Amino acid sequence: MKKHNKPYVEWLLTLPSLGWLTLFFIIPTIIVFAIAFKPAGVNGGIGEGWTLESIRNLAQPSYPEIIFRTIWISVVATAVCLFLSTPVAYWLALQPPQRRQWLMLLIILPFWTNFLIRIFAWKTLLHSEGWLKYALVSLGLVSPDAILLYNSGAILVVLIYTYLPFAILPIYAAAEKFDFSLIDAAHDLGASRIHAFFSIFVPGIRTGLFTALMVVLIPALGSYAIPDIVGGASSEMIGNKIAQRTFVDRNLPHASALSACLALAVLIPMMISLIGRDRRFTKKTGGKKA
Amino acid sequence: MKRSRFPLLISVGVMLFFYLPIFLLVVGSFNDSRYGGPWRGFTLKWYERLLTERDIWAATENTLIIALVSTVVATCLGTIAAWVLHRYHGALQRTHYLFMYMPLVVPDILMGISLLLLFVNFSAKLGLTTITLAHITFCTSYVTLVVLGRLQDFDNNVVDAALDLGARWPRIIWNVILPMLGPGIASGALLAFTLSVDDFIITFFVCGPGSTTLPLYVYSSMKHGSPTIINALCTIFMAVTAIIVITGQFLMNRRQPVQQLRS
Repeated sequence: MKKHNKPYVEWLLTLPSLGWLTLFFIIPTIIVFAIAFKPAGVNGGIGEGWTLESIRNLAQPSYPEIIFRTIWISVVATAVCLFLSTPVAYWLALQPPQRRQWLMLLIILPFWTNFLIRIFAWKTLLHSEGWLKYALVSLGLVSPDAILLYNSGAILVVLIYTYLPFAILPIYAAAEKFDFSLIDAAHDLGASRIHAFFSIFVPGIRTGLFTALMVVLIPALGSYAIPDIVGGASSEMIGNKIAQRTFVDRNLPHASALSACLALAVLIPMMISLIGRDRRFTKKTGGKKA
Repeated sequence: MKRSRFPLLISVGVMLFFYLPIFLLVVGSFNDSRYGGPWRGFTLKWYERLLTERDIWAATENTLIIALVSTVVATCLGTIAAWVLHRYHGALQRTHYLFMYMPLVVPDILMGISLLLLFVNFSAKLGLTTITLAHITFCTSYVTLVVLGRLQDFDNNVVDAALDLGARWPRIIWNVILPMLGPGIASGALLAFTLSVDDFIITFFVCGPGSTTLPLYVYSSMKHGSPTIINALCTIFMAVTAIIVITGQFLMNRRQPVQQLRS
């Protein structure tokens, strides 16, 4: 295959996007970690010199609770999303192709509605005069003075609502390629339905499950708008604290220290995902070269 | 063989879960009751009241300016980036891909605060410019991945054939690459546009006085305004997004004839 023989052509074409991302993504990320070691300045600025004050501040008694809550809410939301998406993907993959396309559009459509609108729809549903409250009270499931909003439960429901389509897409992509005759074979060999589902289907779509795990867990850990709108003072997450330190207290070093913490928390699942992607990338390029 | 009904039941449940809240929101926007809830009769007064809110028009204008500029810049950056990533496979491209991929996995709030700190550090004035710079950053990653996906089934031989026939690069780009990649670039641009119009968290961190966008307006009215007006605003917003998405689907489906032509 004929190529540009001059090496500077590659650099010239890479430079705009690589330069942009270095300036507006890599450098800002480094700045976050640097400012965590700076003192707060007057008028919400950044002071001179270096200090460990913001890092020490992370030991504040309220933080471990917030960090723990952020982790459990995100983990439960992810687990529920995976639990619901797997049967949906299984069902979708078994539909005739024509209908499948149409159903996929139905699943993607709510993902295209604005994020805030989806949160707001739930806020009005859970509101003391909302439909859901009304329905639950008429069914006698909750007492008329129960409060459905402003707690961890409300955050959990809205998180699941927001990220469920993102979980269905990769699992469905994997299920679509799954060979369903394997399940029939398992049945013929005497496996029960549930046994065949868990020991053949689930391992068969594990790459999809893995991607789904990443696309729900990482944004859930960093969620801000959802706990801000449907959560309350007793259900704050790390995101709320970052915003509060930034906009209310105007203490940017504290906000940076918290952000650095969050960055480290998402780094673990992210590195696993990046290594996975990278391996695929090198495999692809290796194949091309050969 | 008879299959279990369990997956069907879950799927129906999930669909109801997806659509009921949105449906009730749309219904609520036509309800003549101040706080939603029980039906009090059909009305369009919330839409009328919406038209008199001057701030909405200013916010719409800001949103469109930001979205247009970021889409154009991100589409150019992303298309070139996807082409280089597709064409070359050295260490430079591996770093390039890593940088491109990372903004997609980092939570929005981290991107928001890191950009805010960058702008504060360089004493940049927060406003439309800083929002646009932030939007270009995440839109570029999305455009690149969409175009790169389309390049997977791009036939390099066509370009080589054109080279062999003596065509120069500008002509190849204009007459061969762009027409073949057109639908891919268009759907990338459309994605960038919708993401820019929809973005709240990153915008929230890097906005300044007088640079309110529609999502920022929706957010502040959620916190302070009357819920029914927001229902009306959300309904319009959803209708517009639906039109854009359907156009996008149409463009994506149009790439099939191109592939057929090729094979």
